[in-house]
Amino acid sequence: MAAPQAQNKIVRWIDRRLPIFSYLHHELYEYPTPKNLSYWWNFGSLAGLMLIIMIATGIFLAMEYTPNVNLAFDSVERIMRDVNYGWLVRYIHMNGASFFFIVTYIHIFRGLYYGSYKEPRELLWMLGVVILLCMMATAFMGYVLPWGQMSFWGATVITNLFSAIPLVGNAIVTWLWGGFAVDNPTLNRFYALHYLFPFLILGVVMLHVLALHTHGSNNPLGIDRKGPQDSIPFHPYYTVKDMFGVGVFLIIFAVFVFYFPNALGDPANYTRANPLQTPPEIVPEWYFLPFYAMLRSVPDILFIKAKLAGVIAMFSSIFVLFVLPWLDTSPVRSSRFRPVYKWVFWLLVLDVLVLGYVGAHRPEGWYVITGRIATFYYFLHFLILLPLIGIFERPLPLPTSISAAVTKGGGQLAGATVPREKP
Amino acid sequence: MKRLALLGFLGLAVGAAGLAYAQEEPSVPHQNWSFSGPFGTFDRGALQRGFQVYQEVCANCHSLKLLTYGDLGPTGPGGGIGYTGDQVRALAAQKQVTDGPNDQGEMFQRPARPSDHFVPAFPNDQANRAAHNGALPPDQSLIVKSRGAGLGILFGTSGADYVYAILTGYRDAPANDKLPDGMNYNLYFPGHHIAMPPPLSDDVVNYSDGTKASAQQEAHDVVTFLTWAAEPTMEDRKRTGAKVIIFLLVMTGILYAAKRKIWAKVH
Repeated sequence: MAAPQAQNKIVRWIDRRLPIFSYLHHELYEYPTPKNLSYWWNFGSLAGLMLIIMIATGIFLAMEYTPNVNLAFDSVERIMRDVNYGWLVRYIHMNGASFFFIVTYIHIFRGLYYGSYKEPRELLWMLGVVILLCMMATAFMGYVLPWGQMSFWGATVITNLFSAIPLVGNAIVTWLWGGFAVDNPTLNRFYALHYLFPFLILGVVMLHVLALHTHGSNNPLGIDRKGPQDSIPFHPYYTVKDMFGVGVFLIIFAVFVFYFPNALGDPANYTRANPLQTPPEIVPEWYFLPFYAMLRSVPDILFIKAKLAGVIAMFSSIFVLFVLPWLDTSPVRSSRFRPVYKWVFWLLVLDVLVLGYVGAHRPEGWYVITGRIATFYYFLHFLILLPLIGIFERPLPLPTSISAAVTKGGGQLAGATVPREKP
Repeated sequence: MKRLALLGFLGLAVGAAGLAYAQEEPSVPHQNWSFSGPFGTFDRGALQRGFQVYQEVCANCHSLKLLTYGDLGPTGPGGGIGYTGDQVRALAAQKQVTDGPNDQGEMFQRPARPSDHFVPAFPNDQANRAAHNGALPPDQSLIVKSRGAGLGILFGTSGADYVYAILTGYRDAPANDKLPDGMNYNLYFPGHHIAMPPPLSDDVVNYSDGTKASAQQEAHDVVTFLTWAAEPTMEDRKRTGAKVIIFLLVMTGILYAAKRKIWAKVH
């Protein structure tokens, strides 16, 4: 075994039969990490931390919550008022959802900027997209549980999307609801699934980490590690850097939990669900707004009705990420060496922000046309621009190695020829 | 062609904005609240006066189902509104609640205890509607948290501003506004037509602490009370937050120092 013999006899005894200590040693002390990771690489571990926080607070909330349409709203308010520190656990869970999405979105855009999805990390990236999908399902079902106005009407709108599927749509919706409207059976199954999904996410996260540790982290230069001079062990270097990042993150998180706990939510969800009274505006939580904008922007296309077309656009916006590693034809990973893609990347960020802004407003007037342009551009980016830029862009020369680029003077550069990392 | 389209688009946007403006309510003015900001706490005098306004005015139609009488006393969340245990017991005992069944299998009436929830004026929503021309006076337990918009949401005061604006926003209807029977004109209510008649006026209550009971003062007090009722643990939350954030600042400082020390060899 690569691990040095432990001093402790019990540790040695266990390790010979179940090599968990060797495993940890291998994945932490020996696991080589590029020495040049920036703070953008903190967001993966922050997402992991948020998952643990959400599961921990969620389990305590589940002990006090009652999944019944007549009792759910009051049971949440009981947690807020009468359960010791219930308000704290619930505000952490509520704001935790938002912060989970914030760190995950940053993590995803970091991957987009530095080409972390490229060979040999395609499956790592695709597992990440699976995690994102599971997170969205979990967040959506979790938002239904307090049974406020937005819970109920959000659930009604989103589950109704499936009725857009030709022929079987209505049957699917009835099956999802467990009845003919969003009602007690819906709440019960959403609660069961909301409890299940985080553990599915945990499983996929393990695969995600396994895939990560196979080839190690990408890095801001996007070039492979060439030897020991390019890497440092994960522990203690990145454990302490991640911990410092955790500290900064928790301060920002705490400011929201303790001083602006309702700033990211919709006030309407403090009104009990009323199936007979539609709220003037049905808006999802902020982290779904870009997708909601796509859903509402798409018009009738030929024989496809706007509703179905919108649903297709919304789901495609995620599914397109699965094939991203093959849509981006450039062999160069990092945007630092991609003069054209770098700009297109920031345009995509802007595009998603515009979509989010549009999603928060009623589809009237200029919001409609802006939403359509932004939706169109989103797909243009992935389906047309990425493949073309990869072919026509002239990347800047790549540094010969990570250590050459980090040591003073920038090291030697590979020369004027465009380096190709794969044939 | 392009410019024409752009002009048309601009014209449309301006037209739409103008139309929207004509129908919309004026933006809600901001008030000074004792509970705003990271260190804001509830003014205990305002809480007790506000509770008096709720009891004597609002409670005739609006329930406050999520609160118990005990919440007002020292054992309530955040220490209540400053009532003593005896005051709370006396207050609860004024109301009758249905309990049972007893060992004869019969339901019976008994005076309310501090652990009982606020007894509503009407036995159910239908009775409440029937007495109010079909309109249901909403429960007020979360009215402050469930209202508000704009930046105020960030600071947690826009709901209070909104409820205050409604309570003080009654005006005579403009001549061109045909007010339906039984409706009242309110500047800040969506659509301006509100079923609730103006609830507050000068001296509608008698404050025992000598505060002048103007309509504005009453509205200010009752909104303070309702904000407390919507989140009685607010003071606790802010106090805990200060401790947590100070701890995190120190911890993060130490972690930063550790990071610098460990990485010193790498650079």
